[in-house]
Amino acid sequence: MATNTDTNTVVAFVRGRPVVVAFGLFVALLFADLLRKLGTGALTTASLAGFLKDGTVLGLSLGLAGIGLAMTYSILNFANFAHGDYITVGGVVGWITAFLVTGLGSTELESLALLTASSRTLGISVTTAPVAITLGLLVSVVVTAGLALLIDRIVFRPMRGQRGIALLIASVGVALAVRYLLVFTLRTGPRGLTAGQATPSWTLAVGSGTVTVTAHEATLAVLAVALMLGTHVLLRYTTFGTAMRAMADNEDLAQVSGIPTERVIRTTWLLGAGLTGAAGFLIALERGALTMSFGWQLLLLVFAAVILGGIGSVYGAMVGGLVIGLASRLSLVWLPESFIIAAAFVVMIVMLLVRPKGLLGGVTTV
Amino acid sequence: MSALGDRAAAVSEWFDGRSDAALLLALAAGLYALFTGVSLVLGYDLGGIVNTLRRITFLSAIYAMLVLALNLQWGYTGLFNLGVAGFMAVGVYTMGMLSTAPTTNPPGLGLPLPIGIAGGVVAAALVGAVASLPALRLRGDYLAIVTLAFSEIVRLTYRSPVFETFSVGGVALGTGGSTGMSLPTNPIRILFYENPQEVTSPPSAFGEAVFGAFEGLGVRAPVVEGTAYALVLLLFVAGVYVLLRRVGNSPFGRVLKAIREDETVAGALGKDTRLFKVKVFALGCALMGLAAILWRIGGIASTEDFRPITTFYVFVALIIGGAGSNTGSVVGGAVFASLLFEGPNFVRRVVTQYFEVGIGQTPNTIFEAVGPLASLDVTPLLAYTLSDVNVSALRLVLLGIVLIYLIQNRPEGLLGHRTETAASVDLGERPGGENR
Repeated sequence: MATNTDTNTVVAFVRGRPVVVAFGLFVALLFADLLRKLGTGALTTASLAGFLKDGTVLGLSLGLAGIGLAMTYSILNFANFAHGDYITVGGVVGWITAFLVTGLGSTELESLALLTASSRTLGISVTTAPVAITLGLLVSVVVTAGLALLIDRIVFRPMRGQRGIALLIASVGVALAVRYLLVFTLRTGPRGLTAGQATPSWTLAVGSGTVTVTAHEATLAVLAVALMLGTHVLLRYTTFGTAMRAMADNEDLAQVSGIPTERVIRTTWLLGAGLTGAAGFLIALERGALTMSFGWQLLLLVFAAVILGGIGSVYGAMVGGLVIGLASRLSLVWLPESFIIAAAFVVMIVMLLVRPKGLLGGVTTV
Repeated sequence: MSALGDRAAAVSEWFDGRSDAALLLALAAGLYALFTGVSLVLGYDLGGIVNTLRRITFLSAIYAMLVLALNLQWGYTGLFNLGVAGFMAVGVYTMGMLSTAPTTNPPGLGLPLPIGIAGGVVAAALVGAVASLPALRLRGDYLAIVTLAFSEIVRLTYRSPVFETFSVGGVALGTGGSTGMSLPTNPIRILFYENPQEVTSPPSAFGEAVFGAFEGLGVRAPVVEGTAYALVLLLFVAGVYVLLRRVGNSPFGRVLKAIREDETVAGALGKDTRLFKVKVFALGCALMGLAAILWRIGGIASTEDFRPITTFYVFVALIIGGAGSNTGSVVGGAVFASLLFEGPNFVRRVVTQYFEVGIGQTPNTIFEAVGPLASLDVTPLLAYTLSDVNVSALRLVLLGIVLIYLIQNRPEGLLGHRTETAASVDLGERPGGENR
């Protein structure tokens, strides 16, 4: 009798959610195939560990970059397409600062300010130029936060209360204007930032091979986790955090209970954009190079992370970032390299179909 | 700000007083007069003037078609599709793979061009229908992100070295990867050449006569050919316009508007809104595929042309014209293509010619450009601003600012206030009826 009921429950579950079940079976199949590949030696443990490490680093970058997006998404209810270019601004201003601090006096000012100076000659890395890196990080936070406030004042504030789509379109305009003003002043073309030979790295033995972790990857990982935890504490245990969560739930209700909504919005921008600027600086540090559109190219992945985790959830952004990062790197086990970005997008689209609220959806933890 | 807003309102009021045909003719005449004037200032001969007008016509027609298609999805049905570029790419690449010769690199199937074009349009429609499945469940901004991601998946797939050349069941095919794929020659050549498929073909008797006649006026053969093609494209715009007008006024179109106004009500009235959304998405994407085929044919299909920026171009054009109005879509496409897209380059040429800046002295960096400002010398900054690459960058800055300005001050665009309502009779005019 009891087994009969159990079977019925299972059948009802499968009938009710065929997509979820199919998705689960697909993931199980992939996992089985992964084990088979490891068993037959088609995939070495070391290369799997390498994929996992790269995926974690990418995931933490996306998670850190996604917090700001998740915060503004939950408060202002629109998908900010300019977010990617805030990442770029953070990277660019931070690195100009780091270049100036390191090279002033020995290298021509112009080439430092335009990031065209040779990264090999400057020899910046976390260990050789910790002061320059720290100052660069600070400047990237301050400038990006300031820029976001300014843009909010000019573009988004006059549009408060409008539909999300109108704000989304305006943010596309902001994205274009910001990115191409950067191109206008600094010109396009990739810039080398760090000196590979000056960056310490550790080689770990995994199975029969090795995995290399650079100091910059470690810096990104440690700082990303620290900043995420800090944000969590801030949002959980301060009045601002409570006010923000109240606003995310119901703005009108928050306003009648005396929450100064405009001030909360300003603080949200400051905090969110500051974190975004830091993310931009750290991602550029980890990659050792930047272009004027690197943030824009990351934007869709950041959206994927934020949507996957459930819009408006900081934990969601972190978890979503890790899932997207790991999924895109692990896809290398089955797919050629030109498909890793596409694989991440497919994960996002499938996720939206299977569970539109996101992994941690419904729990707005901000 | 408000003065400009008033002017926009005045312009749209002026538009209201005229029939759509007169309005479009006036716009075309105005743009042609403007660009003829600019060409004269630049000292172009007749050939140059005709070529300028050809380019304006060509781009305006392509954008008008793209905007009309997007208007069907967004303006009529409220589906926010940010994947325009992806559906365009599907149309172009499918056409290319069906119709390029098997001997070229990348190889195609070598089918006749009409089959290739039809195949491209059908493929875009099918892919659109598949992509619309998430549209059935997602709210507006999610749909925007999903369609954008979808168009990037399409672009990255076409760009992937894996599909540069591949074979399906022994038949070789290819997308050309990051180098792109050369497409069949422009079908307009049938009019003028004996062997239209060959670039080196001698002109036919008709072509000889036409080319000869225009050669005397200083208009060279490629310009004549291009102008003829641009005129054919205008016929295509008219065709798409009529089609969408008929769709919009049909019972089908009224359901679409009802979905846009209130989907729940439309559903409560017994309409299967999901099916309507799939159909409208497929139709819009088919038209996007067609427009893209007409845009690229005779040239090269490259994934660079199908970056998300192309989608944003179409959106800006639609917002200029006003979402929801077909005439507005054509106006928006033409205004965007000629003034915003091509305009800055002409401004650059006129200013460079007039002030003779930028000859051999263009500063390389912003510092060299701004430095002389201290001694009140603005020429280096002007030369820097007007250099080729920087005008392209500033054009996109301008585009962003126009987008922000429009969405803040005139979200309904030039003609969007005429958005047709869902009801087939004007409720505002009903005796005792309230004005919305």
